[in-house]
Amino acid sequence: MDWFMVLKAFITGGIICIIGQVLIDKTKLTPARILVAFVTAGAILGGLGWYKYLIDFAGCGATVPLTGFGNLLAKGTITEVHSSGLIGAFTGGIKAASGGIAAAIFFGYIASLVSKPKIKKQ
Amino acid sequence: MKPIQSKEEYQTYVETKSPNSPIIKDCFNAFWVGGCICAIGQIIFEICKIRGIDETNSYTIVSMLLIFLSAFLTGLNIFNKIGKFAGAGSLIPITGFANSIVSPAMEYKSEGYVMGVGAKMFTVAGPVLVYGISSSIIVGLIYIIFHTQSITLI
Amino acid sequence: MIFIKKVGNQSYILSKPVNIASTASIVGPKEKNGPLHQFFDQCLEDEFWGEKSWEKAESKIIKETVNMAIAKSGIPSKDIDFCFAGDLLNQCIASSFGLRESNIPFLGMFGACSTFIESMLTGSVFIDGDFATNVICAASSHFCSAEKQFRFPLELGNQRPQTSQWTVTGSGCAILTKEGTGPYVTTLTPGKIVDMGIKDANNMGAAMAGAAEDTLLTHFQDTGRAPSYYDAIFTGDLGHVGKDILIDLAGSKGYNIKSNYNDCGVLIFDKENQDTHSGGSGCGCIASVFAGYIYQMLQQKKYRRVLMIATGALMNSTSSQQGESIPGIAHAISIEV
Repeated sequence: MDWFMVLKAFITGGIICIIGQVLIDKTKLTPARILVAFVTAGAILGGLGWYKYLIDFAGCGATVPLTGFGNLLAKGTITEVHSSGLIGAFTGGIKAASGGIAAAIFFGYIASLVSKPKIKKQ
Repeated sequence: MKPIQSKEEYQTYVETKSPNSPIIKDCFNAFWVGGCICAIGQIIFEICKIRGIDETNSYTIVSMLLIFLSAFLTGLNIFNKIGKFAGAGSLIPITGFANSIVSPAMEYKSEGYVMGVGAKMFTVAGPVLVYGISSSIIVGLIYIIFHTQSITLI
Repeated sequence: MIFIKKVGNQSYILSKPVNIASTASIVGPKEKNGPLHQFFDQCLEDEFWGEKSWEKAESKIIKETVNMAIAKSGIPSKDIDFCFAGDLLNQCIASSFGLRESNIPFLGMFGACSTFIESMLTGSVFIDGDFATNVICAASSHFCSAEKQFRFPLELGNQRPQTSQWTVTGSGCAILTKEGTGPYVTTLTPGKIVDMGIKDANNMGAAMAGAAEDTLLTHFQDTGRAPSYYDAIFTGDLGHVGKDILIDLAGSKGYNIKSNYNDCGVLIFDKENQDTHSGGSGCGCIASVFAGYIYQMLQQKKYRRVLMIATGALMNSTSSQQGESIPGIAHAISIEV
């Protein structure tokens, strides 16, 4: 196993989270707005073709943060545009991200069936 | 203190009176928790690689496993404690996205399975999908405009 | 036309002081771990209290609190003329659902977190105006139902800002009667809406401090009293941030309240160990602290003259999403033995 890659993922992912934390503490942005900002930033960086250098460097340190999700959507769109033209601009994004979206919806539904919310202790 | 005359003056005064978040501590926690989540992802990815799964599928497997883990911990009422401690460290990775789907689904179960769980699931995550997908389509359209020669449109 | 009970701009001295016959309070588990736990009549072990939803649990809390106060007062419920009650949920469902079987004429109140004192103020007016002999005043709030309605799902892993306040799970009820041995409600100062231009929904204390200052100063000017007239002055739920601001604001106008002033949101939780950040809030905060702690202090004559100022932030999640500032309100009543 490539442990150096794991270390790079740790550091890169951590730094991306620090950016998010500074936004939380210094601005009055709600979690939803921060997630939106990250996913949009990822899509733009992905569209420009820059985000892939970060993935090459850090692997999951770049794909696991939500910017990676935005990049995945944009990259999928571009790949699909090459193979099916205009229609690909509409099908490509969700196609590439379908695994994550479907998993989130399905596991979310299951969790809500079996579990009940509890108050935060402390 | 002098009496406050205007709303602007009050606003500035309130800012001096309001305690700030402990940003250094918050950033440190966000760094190592977020880093750990990404490192766990990378370990899963490396295992996939050893098993001969291709790169695209490996990244999908990483996302799905982390989403499962996040949904599981949310269901066990643990994720909110991690989130309170780590802030952006658990929010920014895909785990935060999953948590933002699971938590309203659990919360609104009392309003029924269709309009409660089904509809409210996306109160926080909905905007992420709307802006993520919309911006990816715009990226695709712009890409087509700049590469008209190399792409057959239909 | 002459208003014989009115003094100054907006204060009223009751011609015959209204008696507080009994009070009752029920609070949740977090409040149980707070510094005032021994003053509450009942502390719950969990937020659901055997109900299916938090809204139902809140209704049960206010219902049981009202029943307990009626039982303590010894007044048959058919002799109670009005019930004034309110809460924070949309269309005040906690109180109206909780009290739907009470069979007492019901007037729903809403003044955000000032609801309890608003109810007592209105109830006192009804009794002093000979419309009623016995009335119920109650208010409730629930941390979980309030978070669900105003903020985020409980299981969302977010961090609360340092200025935010923790909604109290609990309810307080007071029975006001025409005759009795006290403590008595003597003076009323209903408040005006004051908007200080604060837009941050996580800093309610700052948004409401202006209204509290306005009502406090108006009360002193109208009645000619000084802060030292009172053994204690309590605000509703300004929290730590708002409490400091109010001390400053009043001080800047020449009223030093530092020595005898405190805030119910500050009293109900332990800031260091309970991680509530700026303190407690919600209708149930001043309601339970008054019905529990302050009422007992009055009965034991540890306090003889108390000024209660309940503050409320008159906003909802729609108004704050639309970028509106937060108007505040504060109602004051003085209680003497």
